[in-house]
Amino acid sequence: MSALRLLRISWVLQLKMIMRSPFDGFGNVIYPLFFATVAFFVFRAGGGPRTLLYASLGAAVMGMWSSVSTSSGTAMQRERWWGTLELVVSAPRHFSLVLLPATLGLATVGIYNLIATLLWGRLLFGINLSIAHPLLFAFSVIAAVLAFGGLGFLFAVSFVRYRYAWVLGNFFEYPVWLICGFLVPLTLLPRWVPPISWVFAPTWGMNAIRESALGGTPLPDLLVCLALGSAYVAVGILVTDRVLRAARVSGSLSLT
Amino acid sequence: MTAAARLFFVGGITSFRALWNWLSPWIYIPTMLISPIFQILLFAYIGRSAQLESDEFYLIGNALQYASIPCLFAMSQMISGERYQNTLSAILVSPAPRIPLFFGRSLPVILNGALVSAFSLAAGSVILGVHLPASSFAPLALVILVAAFSCTGLGLVNGAVSLRIRENAVLNNVIFGFLLIFTGANVPLDALPGWMSTAAQAMPFTHAIEAARQLAAGSSLGDVSGLLGAELLIGAVYAVIGYSVLRWFERQARLHATLERS
Repeated sequence: MSALRLLRISWVLQLKMIMRSPFDGFGNVIYPLFFATVAFFVFRAGGGPRTLLYASLGAAVMGMWSSVSTSSGTAMQRERWWGTLELVVSAPRHFSLVLLPATLGLATVGIYNLIATLLWGRLLFGINLSIAHPLLFAFSVIAAVLAFGGLGFLFAVSFVRYRYAWVLGNFFEYPVWLICGFLVPLTLLPRWVPPISWVFAPTWGMNAIRESALGGTPLPDLLVCLALGSAYVAVGILVTDRVLRAARVSGSLSLT
Repeated sequence: MTAAARLFFVGGITSFRALWNWLSPWIYIPTMLISPIFQILLFAYIGRSAQLESDEFYLIGNALQYASIPCLFAMSQMISGERYQNTLSAILVSPAPRIPLFFGRSLPVILNGALVSAFSLAAGSVILGVHLPASSFAPLALVILVAAFSCTGLGLVNGAVSLRIRENAVLNNVIFGFLLIFTGANVPLDALPGWMSTAAQAMPFTHAIEAARQLAAGSSLGDVSGLLGAELLIGAVYAVIGYSVLRWFERQARLHATLERS
């Protein structure tokens, strides 16, 4: 119970900090809108069978991923820069309870990205958003947020010994946009790519959101998305233990 | 070598090395060499998905447009990096002539931006299997260099603005986004609303991207000289505006003692 309380309080605190950060709270929110705008223009001018609604949903989830990928890589780095990393690592609670809310907070901002992109498409391009299964759509968005937060957490702890973690965070933005079926169906990609896409929860989160909006069967995708998100958190906790032990042994936590 | 030329060349390269001392291969390779390839692939596949334009269209558009990342960020770093290292006031209090001081810093930025573009174009064409005629290599190299110059001109404006604002990383990303939409890198200009395609005529890359596409289609350098001239002119206008704004903000910063505001 106290672990849940810590998660909740840390999540609220992180969310407040993110919303006040010009980069995370403003830059990361409007940046994906530029890509969404390009996608809307391209799909509107193109002669393909995919609709603007298809593009709108894909672009919206692109924004969700952006808010996580760009900054989660540096979630642990930020504690290092602020000089608080040693304090939170030596605190009696498991470090993952401190770090997970940070990436969950970033993923939560993704909901704002999603709404902003859908509204952008509605107001500027006249994309009529009709959601076939509103309740399942809401569940799919929440599942995506949790899974994205879990993947961000895994990124954050995996990059901790890497001095330039922010580079990897930025680096993963385009590849995930490309291979997770946001705007490009997996069937268009080379045959060796989809098996890689299946390991990433955003693929299943995107499917669940699209299926629930367009009237398909989102439940299987939603469950896989949640299962992968849980797996990321479990692996992340194991990685956290390992890297922190190694950092303590070698005295390299601060990387200075 | 005269003092001004020394300041231009030696000062420019020294400043670039000093301000980018953190730019190790661990950062440079993912950010400058691999990311643009993924941007090219992303839009090439979006184009296939939407059935709009060829791979060559997106390859050329994005390879050139990605030069905006090194050009814009490096030019804003010219001010914010000096401020971060507490050397901005020492530089601005010096009697050094400002034209070689600031424009010398632009030269390595232009060369780096051109290198990033050329690499992206070459690697992207191999990955996507886009054939570019051998006769177009040299003219394309010139177009890339001109595009990098033009964007660095805009970067100088951005650098000047960095004297007044703190969040230049956000500003850089916003300018990058506008260039992505407006310049025809991914959306044909005739598919944009009229006011957007008109505004694109005053932006870096628009004419260079069009010139590069024509060269790849078999045109000669002479055929695209008008487009190249327009791109050069746009870069020069931005450079003059940037320099003027920089001097004005420098005077304002002295008057109001806001130079080190961070």
